[in-house]
Amino acid sequence: TEGAPTHKYSQGSALGGVNPDLASERQTPSFSVEKLTALLDGGEENTRIRRAVVEAIESDPVFSRENQYFQSQNEKYEAAVRKAVHLQKKMHEMGWTENGPEFKYIYRALSGEVAFLLHTVFMRSISVLGSDKQITKWIPLATQYQLIGSYAQTELGHGTYLQGLETTAVFDIATQEFILNTPKISAMKWWPGDMGRSATHAVVFAQLDIQGKCYGVHPFIVQIRSLWDHSLCPGITAGDIGPKMNFDHIDNGYLMLQNVRVPRENMLSKFCEVQPDGTYVRRGSQQINYFTMTALRVALISHEAVIPLMKACTIAIRYSVVRRQSKLKPGEEEAKILDFQTQQEKLLPHVAAAYAFHFINNYLEDLFNRGYEEIQRENFDMLPELHAFSSGFKAMVTQYCASAVEACLRACGGHGYSLLSGLPSLCTRILASCIYEGENTILFLQTARFLIKCFMAASAGHPVPPSVTYLAAVKPGKCPAKNKFDFLSPDTYTEAYQHAAVRLISSTAAKLQDLIQSGVKKHDAWNECTVQLVQAVKAHCHYITVKNFAETVERLETKGGIQRIMKHLCDLFALHGIFSNAGVFLHDGYISGAQMDMVTASYLDLLAVIRKDAVPLVDAFDFTDKTLNSALGSYDGQVYQRLYEWAQKSPTNTQMNPAYERYLKPLLHKKLSKL
Amino acid sequence: MMNADLRRERAAATFQPELLTHILDGGADRTRRRKELEALVINDPDFQHEDLNFLSRSQRYEQAIRKSSLMVMKLREYGIADPEEIYWFKSFVHRGRPEPLDLHLGMFLPTLLTQATPEQQDRFFMPAWNLEIIGTYAQTEMGHGTHLRGLETTATYDPATQEFILNSPTVTSIKWWPGGLGKTSNHAIVLAQLYTQGQCKGLHAFIVPIRQLGTHEPLPGITVGDIGPKFGYDEMDNGYLKMDNFRIPRENMLMKYAQVEPDGTYVKPLSDKLTYGTMVFIRSLIVGDSARSLSRACTIAIRYSAVRHQSELKPGEPEPQILDYQTQQYKLFPLLATAYAFHFVGAYIKDTYRRISGDINEGDLSELPELHALTAGLKAFTSWAANAGIEECRMACGGHGYSRCSGIPDIYVTFTPSCTYEGENTVMMLQTARFLVKSYTQVSSGQRVTGMVSYLNDLSRQRIQPQHVAARTVTVRLNDPVSLVEAYKARAAWFVEAAAKNLEAELHRRSKEDAWNKTSVDLVQASEAHCHYVIVKLFTAKLAEISNAAVRAVLTELCLLYALYGISKNTGDFLQAGILTDAQITQVKQRVKELLAVIRPNAVALVDSFDFHDIHLGSVLGRYDGNVYENMFEWAKKSPLNKTEVHESFHKHLKPMQAKL
Repeated sequence: TEGAPTHKYSQGSALGGVNPDLASERQTPSFSVEKLTALLDGGEENTRIRRAVVEAIESDPVFSRENQYFQSQNEKYEAAVRKAVHLQKKMHEMGWTENGPEFKYIYRALSGEVAFLLHTVFMRSISVLGSDKQITKWIPLATQYQLIGSYAQTELGHGTYLQGLETTAVFDIATQEFILNTPKISAMKWWPGDMGRSATHAVVFAQLDIQGKCYGVHPFIVQIRSLWDHSLCPGITAGDIGPKMNFDHIDNGYLMLQNVRVPRENMLSKFCEVQPDGTYVRRGSQQINYFTMTALRVALISHEAVIPLMKACTIAIRYSVVRRQSKLKPGEEEAKILDFQTQQEKLLPHVAAAYAFHFINNYLEDLFNRGYEEIQRENFDMLPELHAFSSGFKAMVTQYCASAVEACLRACGGHGYSLLSGLPSLCTRILASCIYEGENTILFLQTARFLIKCFMAASAGHPVPPSVTYLAAVKPGKCPAKNKFDFLSPDTYTEAYQHAAVRLISSTAAKLQDLIQSGVKKHDAWNECTVQLVQAVKAHCHYITVKNFAETVERLETKGGIQRIMKHLCDLFALHGIFSNAGVFLHDGYISGAQMDMVTASYLDLLAVIRKDAVPLVDAFDFTDKTLNSALGSYDGQVYQRLYEWAQKSPTNTQMNPAYERYLKPLLHKKLSKL
Repeated sequence: MMNADLRRERAAATFQPELLTHILDGGADRTRRRKELEALVINDPDFQHEDLNFLSRSQRYEQAIRKSSLMVMKLREYGIADPEEIYWFKSFVHRGRPEPLDLHLGMFLPTLLTQATPEQQDRFFMPAWNLEIIGTYAQTEMGHGTHLRGLETTATYDPATQEFILNSPTVTSIKWWPGGLGKTSNHAIVLAQLYTQGQCKGLHAFIVPIRQLGTHEPLPGITVGDIGPKFGYDEMDNGYLKMDNFRIPRENMLMKYAQVEPDGTYVKPLSDKLTYGTMVFIRSLIVGDSARSLSRACTIAIRYSAVRHQSELKPGEPEPQILDYQTQQYKLFPLLATAYAFHFVGAYIKDTYRRISGDINEGDLSELPELHALTAGLKAFTSWAANAGIEECRMACGGHGYSRCSGIPDIYVTFTPSCTYEGENTVMMLQTARFLVKSYTQVSSGQRVTGMVSYLNDLSRQRIQPQHVAARTVTVRLNDPVSLVEAYKARAAWFVEAAAKNLEAELHRRSKEDAWNKTSVDLVQASEAHCHYVIVKLFTAKLAEISNAAVRAVLTELCLLYALYGISKNTGDFLQAGILTDAQITQVKQRVKELLAVIRPNAVALVDSFDFHDIHLGSVLGRYDGNVYENMFEWAKKSPLNKTEVHESFHKHLKPMQAKL
């Protein structure tokens, strides 16, 4: 055995070693945990770098998260600012740079609890949308933190639908300035991070008005706070939008503008410019900008959805082998709750999903890197497909992961409800990912437009992008499986998924056509089909995910048992999807009732097989105790002792109880005459 | 001024919301009384306070304690004694949230009443009634929850001193979670394994003083405190309790049923079925709570969806209300239908319990097992569905749903523990399954069963034919709720039979317990199908009782939506069981979408009928007047981060950094 890296014990050394119930789970893994970790990291070298970054961050007390669950909103905000400032120093000290291999692991090591993330978006938007002159002026200032930026797009009344934004920027030829205004309450900027308390500047999106004509939404750099004493600039009303489900450390803000004037040069003008005489000039292609927005969606999949799911799985699985409850057989010891079939069914499919999404994320990253190269060569052919991919998968993965994290929370019974389990904060945080960077339903429908278009093209014999060529090759027929073992063949289930996706897309396309031919207006017809379209897109994404998982397994090395265990997980992921969406597969008889029973049988068999490797499978995610910050999920499994010691540090126990003196004492003492 | 969109929505409704409110309350007079009590609280300046979203945990606890003490006094001042009226009053005072005296009022006092001897009542009841004694109910331990027999706390009888010695022998045996234990209570009813004359006699209840009267300091031998922050329940001081050789007099064991005599002789209780009654009662409350919590979330999401405009449906036209998007209707209206369905189910269980408890007092326990099995499953089914539904409502409100001003995050974190407490849901489903399998076995051996499972009787008739029960064709009429009840019945029968047969097959291969575990995923499905059937059946039955035609029409639409949506989400079952054909499934889905359009004009009126006062709703997005944006801004200005214009972090961190770089 290869022995776990010592840093995992960081919290637990005082608690008397690894809980025997957890230790026994690690004795005979069917595969090499260390090899699987390296696979997830994309190579041993990456694993080494990641661990070094995590170690450097976690050994620094400024970055400690131990009190996180006891802090108020104000305290969390302050800690995030402190960490962000300290991080600059740390990076310098460690010799980490933004282009170095360490950079991508910093955010993971901090669990994202750091301020000034929008400052980065501010900088990126200037780099992408600004002219060379603007970049030269602003980027050094931002890099040196001479100013702190935010990105003010969303308003109270408008989010995903950008054309609906109501903030105005009127060009005044006389003074060569733009006059920015918030004409009504719903136009107030609302939600931008770092804006409530920190930012001195913001890129503000507003409807450009030149001599009474509206030119649509454009970005403007607006100073909102004094660089000297941080007081609000004239005409600016700004503040924090109040408590949210999570993200207490971020000062999401509001911003109201009253006749705020900025010079003509403050409109970001790489693609459009207003000339001194008020002439509006558009130049170049915006498609590169479009690509950036699309790439952002892909970037969040790993950090904000897949990694949180891996953490939740680690906590829930480890706790499920430590927690014993009820007896499976009379006279025996109480059983580990992971030995109950229902508990396996709650958790193991999510472990499989975490791997499935990790691999689809790799696939998307490759696709986007290739896309980026093409775009550099001014070839924009891949854009529609990339856009469809980023929308559909962002929506599918965040939605799945959010409900899976919640399922992990509920699988931990009462203790999952304690903040000290780490699960509630993972849960409330991941929920936001279903909304930001595009509300999921709307994103599904954007992918639907692409799929319907491709389906029509494919039916007419026109060429379509590679990911959707399957739409053209519709093979009628039935699932050939004869017994439950046939459902462990990737070809069998991949084809079932493909069949379901094609059926749902083609039937919805047909319905859409029918409605339009029967005289229903195009837009009404679309709205009438949206529920089915969403279902079709989910089927498409599910199919691609299963297919990619199966293909990835094919390519894996057989050494160290990695391929075998990944094959089991791939089977589980696929069969779980069929088991949970049986109707979709039974609908046209592609899978028969008898075959569905075989699916169920194989699916339940797999649970028992994967059960044996459950703990090694989550150990391979390689989270330190400090990263997990969970009393239930620590590597040593000393759950109860840690819960008890940690609770005693709660301010409710360390500070006096003012309610006793004020209310309880009078209540208990006086002989309440009225009672 | 009411928001123009909401005014238009209300004017367009086809029925009078008050009439529906009366039905939900169980009569016009009860609606009137509820509103009287609500007014008593809302107009009382003593019950006003700052928005809870801006308070720390400690401040929230303090507010709750303050209100609870006032509440107890005022309840007595107003002479409110009916349990349901007390429930309403409390719910208005605490705005549907938990409070530190919940366990004192809901568990400690009732347990004294039902399990204490007359002598114990003399000693404890009046002081507890007068709040000199504040008690909690300490059952759950760190290592054990639903599986009570596994509890580890011990109470060892010492005949020499006639005392019980209480101990928490392991870390896992520390009492963990009881509400009001952390900071509020000075007594607890502690459940512990009783040891006397060297033998373990199982779990018994003991009255244990934990804090010094007067100083409120923990007594020697007692370690007690708060378990720290949780997902929700901020105002509740859920606590821990560790006992080290803590002695209490023999007379502190609750001895109405079981007894320990001075010499240590143990006297057994007569029957343990009676404890079923309390469980049925509390689980029936959770079913009602599922309905109410989901109704609140639906009210917020639907009103907001009528106020919010976004994007365009048709080029050139103004931005539509988001409630006009089919996808938005599809998210919300099935949940609205679910909320109504659960209301009626909750009322049914409550009435049935009331009826049966009359029988119980006369010694007739025959109906109790079925009701017990049914409420376990329905508790799980409804709390799971409401939990997921509340979350869907929040997501349907987009970004603003994520702000605490929407009120939905609070509803969610307050409600979600009900999937765990009073019996973890999966365990509950398996209890129902045990009853279903037992009933199936009875039918197979030629006996007849009664009540909600009587459909299993048909299985024996089916067996004359060689085919599987599923193969029998049901002629399903998609516009007739009664016919849909039959479809759900056939599905339940199919699942129960399949699970029972799988269990039987496993029994040939392995031990009873392993076979049960290997079939448990199937068994849970069978219970879910059974519960689903019961809900559709009760909703349908309710329609016949409604006299007003307009109200009946709109409820019929909701009932159809509930039933058809449920089919469309579980098409695999209906197809595999041969209850519906492919073509019918396509029709079901089409019909669901038609119903969305039919219900759309009444959506706001249907949530208005739930009749939540704005203060109780606690949501800026769900305000009755729909003035959402102005009030969001007003609300945010009160946030603690806005207390000073320049936050201290600027001077502490930002400025020094800017100077250095």
